[in-house]
Amino acid sequence: MATETVVNDPIHQFRLHNLFDLFSVGGHQISFTNSAFFMGLIVLFITVFLLMAASKAAMVPGRLQSIGEMWYSMIHNMVNNVLGEEGKVFFPLVFSLFSFVLIANMLGMFPYFFTVTSHVIVTASLALFVVGLVVVVGIYKHGLGWFRLFVPHGVPIVILPIISVIEIISFLSRPISLGLRLFGNILAGHIVLKVFAGFVVSMIAAGGIIAVSSVLSLGMAVALTALEFLVAFLQAFVFAILTCVYLNDALHPSH
Amino acid sequence: MATTETTESTGAEGGHESGVFPPLDATSFPSQLFWLVIFFGALYLLMSRMVLPKLGAILTTRKAQVDGDIARAQALKDETEAAVKHYEKALADAKANANDIARDTKAKVSAQIDGEQSVLDGELAKKIKDAEARVAKAKAKAMESVESIAGESAADIVASLTGGKTTKTAVAKAIAGIKR
Repeated sequence: MATETVVNDPIHQFRLHNLFDLFSVGGHQISFTNSAFFMGLIVLFITVFLLMAASKAAMVPGRLQSIGEMWYSMIHNMVNNVLGEEGKVFFPLVFSLFSFVLIANMLGMFPYFFTVTSHVIVTASLALFVVGLVVVVGIYKHGLGWFRLFVPHGVPIVILPIISVIEIISFLSRPISLGLRLFGNILAGHIVLKVFAGFVVSMIAAGGIIAVSSVLSLGMAVALTALEFLVAFLQAFVFAILTCVYLNDALHPSH
Repeated sequence: MATTETTESTGAEGGHESGVFPPLDATSFPSQLFWLVIFFGALYLLMSRMVLPKLGAILTTRKAQVDGDIARAQALKDETEAAVKHYEKALADAKANANDIARDTKAKVSAQIDGEQSVLDGELAKKIKDAEARVAKAKAKAMESVESIAGESAADIVASLTGGKTTKTAVAKAIAGIKR
């Protein structure tokens, strides 16, 4: 029965549904899916929310404007502290990354909403984009001297090759860790949440003493929901600050 | 479920069979990547061109306003402090002035008093001396009269006692002997 599968299947929430097909590129079908719909919703939400927050431009901010200003200031200070004055160019990018991930995670907390960041292609693409940008900006700003990033100062010549290899591996693992951290956190959180919520339904269906103890499962689901809201914010924050830290390597490659 | 059917009916782009874990289903990657690029690009443009300048302007305006207000308050405070200092200086000057005036006046007055006192003292001393001289003269005159009266009385007493006559010189001699 289809309904029962939806109730008990924790994977169902990650399914993509084609809303309409667009065109095909090199044998790959490009379709407008629920994922694309929610990406659009995220962009719409962020833009409308922040424009509303900024609409009054009051000297003494109201509630909405305060949230908008805090949102702005948090990322502005982060970029300023980590990247300094010359990092200003990256502020819109870091802000967009943070906002996109944050709202994707937050919208994902609504029942029946699709979580864009629960798909590895989205998080990995963002992470690869960030690390790719670090390489491009680094070489653009410092030329080949940027590769000194992998050759730390003050290291004895004997162990320098080993250190360099470690540095290169750690650099290459950045997009993987950056993308997988977000993906894993959101995916696992949603699965666990769904599993506990599914327990409640199954246990009530079983009846008797098991139905009564479903309260425990419900309590767990409630607690996990709170935790997931924290994770939703924290992962967006971590993504933004790691982006800043990595971009700092592009601007100031010497350790 | 209708949605499940939809998914399966459009299975041409790689069906979501139960065997494939949806988040790792590579057949859905091109679509997601395509829309991610479009929507994230749109978000970046909206943020950098429209939203962030507006929010930034609000914060800069407020900062400028607050800084201006603080600077104005500081200027007013400095002005007040200068005024207080000026007032205190004026007060101190006035006090010093008043002290000077008081001292001068006191000195002048006491000098005048001393002058008048000495003049008066001189006059009084002169008057006293004159008076003393007059008294001494009167006393001497009185004493002379006393001598002559005593001489006459003594001559009378001797005449009535002895019935003899006494000479004026003898009496005077006798009186001078007694006085001595």
